[in-house]
Order: sequence, then structure tokens, then C-alpha cells
Amino acid sequence: MVSGHETVLIVSDDVAMHIQNHGREAYPNECCGALIGIDNVVGKCFSLPNTTEEGPRRRFLVNPHDYRAAERHATESGCTLIGFYHSHPDHPARPSRYDLDHAWPVFAYVIIAVEKGQPGAMTSWRLREDRSAFDEAQIERRNE
Amino acid sequence: MANEVLIPTPLRAYTGKQEIVEVEGNTVGELLQNLTATYSDLRNHLYNEEGRLRSFVNIYLNDDDIRYLQKENTPVAEGDTISIVPSVAGGIGSEVMTEPMTLSNEEVARYSRHLIMPEVGMEGQLKLKAASVLCIGAGGLGSPVAMYLAAAGVGRIGIVDFDVVDYSNLHRQVIHGTPDVGRPKLDSARDRLNALNPEVTVETHNVALSSENALQLLADYDIIVDGTDNFPTRYLVNDACVLLGKPNVYGSIFRFEGQASVFATKDGPCYRCLYPEPPPPGLVPSCAEGGVLGILPGVVGTIQATEAIKLVIGVGEPLINRFMIYDALRMRFREFKLRKDPECLVCSDQPTVTELIDYDQFCGITPESTTSESTDGVEATVEGLRAEIDRGSDVFILDVREPQEFQICRIPGSTLIPLSDLPRRLDELDGRDDMVVHCKSGVRSAKAVKLLHDAGFSRAKNLRGGILAWIDRVDPSLPKY
Repeated sequence: MVSGHETVLIVSDDVAMHIQNHGREAYPNECCGALIGIDNVVGKCFSLPNTTEEGPRRRFLVNPHDYRAAERHATESGCTLIGFYHSHPDHPARPSRYDLDHAWPVFAYVIIAVEKGQPGAMTSWRLREDRSAFDEAQIERRNE
Repeated sequence: MANEVLIPTPLRAYTGKQEIVEVEGNTVGELLQNLTATYSDLRNHLYNEEGRLRSFVNIYLNDDDIRYLQKENTPVAEGDTISIVPSVAGGIGSEVMTEPMTLSNEEVARYSRHLIMPEVGMEGQLKLKAASVLCIGAGGLGSPVAMYLAAAGVGRIGIVDFDVVDYSNLHRQVIHGTPDVGRPKLDSARDRLNALNPEVTVETHNVALSSENALQLLADYDIIVDGTDNFPTRYLVNDACVLLGKPNVYGSIFRFEGQASVFATKDGPCYRCLYPEPPPPGLVPSCAEGGVLGILPGVVGTIQATEAIKLVIGVGEPLINRFMIYDALRMRFREFKLRKDPECLVCSDQPTVTELIDYDQFCGITPESTTSESTDGVEATVEGLRAEIDRGSDVFILDVREPQEFQICRIPGSTLIPLSDLPRRLDELDGRDDMVVHCKSGVRSAKAVKLLHDAGFSRAKNLRGGILAWIDRVDPSLPKY
């Protein structure tokens, strides 16, 4: 069994607002970014370029170069890379088949729904060990 | 000799939290095999069920992606470092998934001939089930496209159409049957697809595709199949596909000749790279005007369905950068190479078309005049013609259709001179002042009237609505075609 499978993801207001704003700015395209922190507490997040070539209205891609930079950044600040966020423009904040096919274990996948440009529900998901599905983690907002 | 392998954050849970592990191997492939032999839980995350590296797993030898070296056969030397680097990807899918997708026993039986081929297999069939394809039009091309996609198990099939089934559709639009005449095409198409494969979801869109609704409609599907029969919609579909980054599986048919290609993919050209401008209106006749061999859309539509399925599964060589022409009379396929136009107005790096435009205007089509006053001088109505004939006037009725159309039905007393022959047979009209010119629906005869006016026959009038209007409103006993 892998450790760190908390069913709660703790997100600060700053982080939540960053994700909402990024989703709004990128609309109608998908945005994406990295989540950094310790254990299940996201202390910080930052935007990453969506490098998909399959149409940014429905896809996002963090390329290997940006991934390495995010991991390095986390390590240098004494944290770990907890996961990534992305937006679903005009779609519910639930993982798609495409998300499932491309998911990595352990990472928290935060999805923000952006309905007609307005940020809506935010959810967090973690891939099951056998890659068969996602399990939802509750997002807990915390003021710092 | 052992080399260092750098493990990314999400996989450290499977290597006892180690960031770096030492593994032996002469090639990258061998080394990864040894790695997953030691840390067996890694295997499922690095390799798919077919034993290939997952697409979002990147392996670097020092600073080079092994895809650009010798892939898994890349030799490893002493001191080389191997890094496993994730691409993190995701997005909106055709369906929201929190439970694993599987095939039921019924589906396994249904798709068994797919499943036993390695190129499709369980992985490919699940991709088909997860895929969504939008067919623009439920006509000649849309019929085989939708039917074969449904049979193949494409999970979600959308159809856009707003027409009703007509007798003249049945010789080629095999998704509709004789009892469907008069029904909306969407209704009969849905019934047929549900009967063919109840496992797939059919979504019908009873709208005329327009610049206002196209992006929203197309955005919800993975692949678009263009089965339209007119230029404004063809350009609209192309531009919307480019803007949305969705493949446009193109097909078109006329008489005995068909065309097919795959446009608007990441690396390939779009329809505008091939045809930057539409032809002048009326130059290229439609199937309604020029006819079409009924079986032709069967061939072209199945090519489109084949390409859509290949794109979904990700096998073979798609018709990207290739333009196929099929000649049914000679029974020949020809192929041209296509290239992306670096100055394409819509798909180049500096596009000037960045949103949908007015495609009727772009194609030179102006809305039909609705006021009769403005065209009084050059137009006649079928009721007016009938009254003149009844009065015994010696009005000359000129039919500019083709001889084969004349054989189907004609207005009594009319004289046939096909439009293409008219310029050199004008002398046959000498002395004819009052003249009513007609064709099937009024398009060709409008051109004939212009030609006649230019030649001095100033009193020639176009019969509005052509012989179709005559049949509808004067003589319903005649056959309609």
C-alpha cells in the first residue's frame, strides 16, 4: 500500500483563488498548473503553459521540460510536487476518460469547472492503484 | 555496470521513496525491464497492457528523449543517466469517467472480430467506445458513415441534419427506408442506428449548421465527418475544425467521382490549403442538379468511416497530406500529395481568419429575393404561365434542362435546348418575342435568361421555381425527380 492516500486535500484560499483566476483567464481554453506542498496540504501553486497540440479547448499538456522545472522548484523549496490542476471549460469538474488514461499515481488532480467563463465547482481526484478509476478527495479550504 | 535512473515524484512510492535507483542493462529497454522486475508495481504505470511504454511516459537518456534516439533499443554507456519524466495531460473527454470502462459479455461477442486483431484488440475497442464522432448530414455520405461507426462501436455518434426523407434520397441514402419518406432524417437515422447497435449513444441535432452554433456543436466531439453537399457548410466545417483543433474527415461526391481526405489535423493541411477560395456560385453543380451514382457515396462514406475509426484507434496511415480521388466509371483510385499552405488564411501560423465568418457571403450566395415586384420584369410564375396557355396565347416555352431530364417530365408544348447548347443555337429562337424559360428549379434558367437578354431577347422571362413548381402547383400528375 502506498502512503499519502489522504482522502482530503487541504487548499489555502490563495491557492484556490489562483486556480479560479487562471481558469477564468484561460477560458475558453483549458489552463493547467502545478500544486506544491507537504503531504496533503497545498501551500503553493503556479501556472504552467498549456502546450497541447490537440486543441486547448479540450486538452492540456504539461511538457517534460516544464514538469522537470516544477519538480525542481518543489524540491528546492523543501516541499514536494503534490499534483496538478486543470480546468474543464463548460464541462463538469469530474475526470474524463482522457484524464484517466493519462493519469499518474499518487498525484492530486484538481479540476476546476469554468462555466461560460465563470469558475465553478473545484474537485480533487487521485488515481486508483490499478489505474481503473479515480477516487475523489474532499477539498478543504483553509485560511492562513 | 549499473546506471542511475531518476524516478519522478509520483513513482517514488513504488521504489521505496528513492529518487535515484541503480539498475543494469545494455539498452534502455533492458534497463527498464530490470527496473520493473525489481520494482514490479512500476510496470503498470510505465507500460500499457500491450507492453508498450505509455504515451505520457517520457524516457530521457541524459538530456535526450529516447524517441529521437533508438527508442528502447538505445544503447546505454557507463555513466549515462536515465530519467523517467512524466508528461502531465488531461482534458475534457467524450464522457465523464470515474468508473473503469469495460466491455460487457454482449459487447465482447459483438466486437469479437475486432478484438482478435492485434491492431484493434481490447485497447482499440475501448477507445472506440470512449470516442465521439459528429456526422454533418444524414444523407448519402452520412448514411454509411453513421451506420459503420455505430456497427464498429463508436460510443457516441452525433448527427446534424434538418431535412426530411424524400423519395429522391432513397437510391443512395441507405440509412433511410421507403416507409421513412416524409419523416425527419434524424428520426429514421436514429431508429436505424439503434436497431444496428443499441450499445452506442446517438445524439441528434435538428439544426442547420451555422457560424453561430458550429463551434459549440463541434466542440463536444472528438472527430468531425463532413458529409455536406454545399460549399458554405464545407468551409464552415473546415474552419470550425481548425479553430477547435479537431480532425475533419472530408468526403464529397458528384456523378461518378468521389473525393476523400483528412483535414485540420495537427500536422496536416486543411480544406482551405487545397481550395483557398470557393468556386463562383453555380459553377459546380450539386448532386440535385448534376446527379450522382447511388452507390458512390457508399464507397466514399465507407472511406470516411474507415479514416475516422483509424484516427480513433491510432493505427495505420491516415489520409493526412493525401487527397484521394475515386472514379467509379473507370474503377480507379488516384492519390495526390497535399501540403499545408504556409500562408493559409485559417490554419497557418499567422491566420487572418480567427473566428467563423459569413460563409454564404464568402461563397457569393446572396439571399433569394422575397419580393415579387423587383423581379416582375424577368420572372414568370407557374400560375401565370398556365393562364396564358389556357388563354391560347402562343407563348414560347423554352426548356434548358438536359435531354435525360426532358424524358422524365416536361411542360406540354415546350422546346428543349440545353443551357450548354443555347449560345450556338440562338438562331433557332429568331422571331420569338414572348418567351418563358424554365429548368428544374429555376437556377439554370436564370442564367439562360441573362444570356438571352444579352443577345437581345429582351422579353424572355424565367419561370420561377422551374418544373418542380409546375408539378407542385399546376400538374401534380407529372413525376417529380
